Amino acid sequence: MHEMIVAENLLTAISDEAAKRNLKPIGAKISCGLLYAINDEALCFAFEAISKDTPCENLKLQIEHKSLQGLCMNCNQSFDVELSHPRCPMCNSEDFKLMPDAPLILEEIEFQTE
Amino acid sequence: MQKVNVRKKILSANEEYAFKNTRFLTEHKILCYNMISSPGSGKTTILTRTINELKNQIKIGVIEGDIQTDIDAERIRATKAPVVQINTDGACHLSAAQVDSALGKLPADELDLIFIENVGNLVCPSALELGEAGKIVVLSVAEGDDKPAKYPAIFARSKVMLINKIDLLAAGAQDDFDIERAKADARKLNKGIEIFPVSSKTGEGFSSWYDWLKKSVGKSSV
Repeated sequence: MHEMIVAENLLTAISDEAAKRNLKPIGAKISCGLLYAINDEALCFAFEAISKDTPCENLKLQIEHKSLQGLCMNCNQSFDVELSHPRCPMCNSEDFKLMPDAPLILEEIEFQTE
Repeated sequence: MQKVNVRKKILSANEEYAFKNTRFLTEHKILCYNMISSPGSGKTTILTRTINELKNQIKIGVIEGDIQTDIDAERIRATKAPVVQINTDGACHLSAAQVDSALGKLPADELDLIFIENVGNLVCPSALELGEAGKIVVLSVAEGDDKPAKYPAIFARSKVMLINKIDLLAAGAQDDFDIERAKADARKLNKGIEIFPVSSKTGEGFSSWYDWLKKSVGKSSV
């Protein structure tokens, strides 16, 4: 379960930001590329488990999955690559260039204010 | 309620170690490959054969990643190649920090090539960069020809795919494995992937793999 190492790093990143502001984090938005194969349920479960008894306890995680982009070598269109059926949806060509996968990013944190 | 834009890479701590490892490897002129596969695909047997047969041409060191035991490191040690065992104690992948500490325990000045044998798992290790020059995915025919389609990430990210245990195909023991399908599925997301069908048991196919390895470490003329 690689979601655990993501959860651990996420907890550190959010805790650092919270400590800087002396505020309680209550939500966070992250984004990740398709090839990271992040399972939402596994990540939320891992985060819940390790954030217990920390300022991040009960924080609500929102996970956005970024699509994987392909550039068709035949019709020159870029498109969302479907892993189970990787081909250009416009011209049906299988000759495409795979663009780099989106990184794992902590986008936004929501803090509780008085 | 206050929303704050952060835009921070979550795995930046691992990335920093990966950069450090790349720098170390570059400074020591060592090529490094991260080997990834399911448990039991034959990574260690491929390595012991490769080390033994290239002994006089390429100086190879190994970092062994396993959840428990040093069984694999013992097998490498029998070839006399330098080896460091990392036990992850439950974690399903190696991290760049673990590789950093292992690199310090290898005789870097004597090595041309380091193989990192990752923990047996087709999903998790592919998410973590270790500072390697490339990933090598091993698929054994016993696992089925559908694995590149089912686990696309690791096949998309690898430089080389070794299809191991092809002796089972010749023996008719695995006649439902369509090697062309496995190759085609791996190439759907990775046009440039080098594919070598091998048998670590009989040695079949290893000469092409060795030619590629020698070329990549810049010793093709040796």
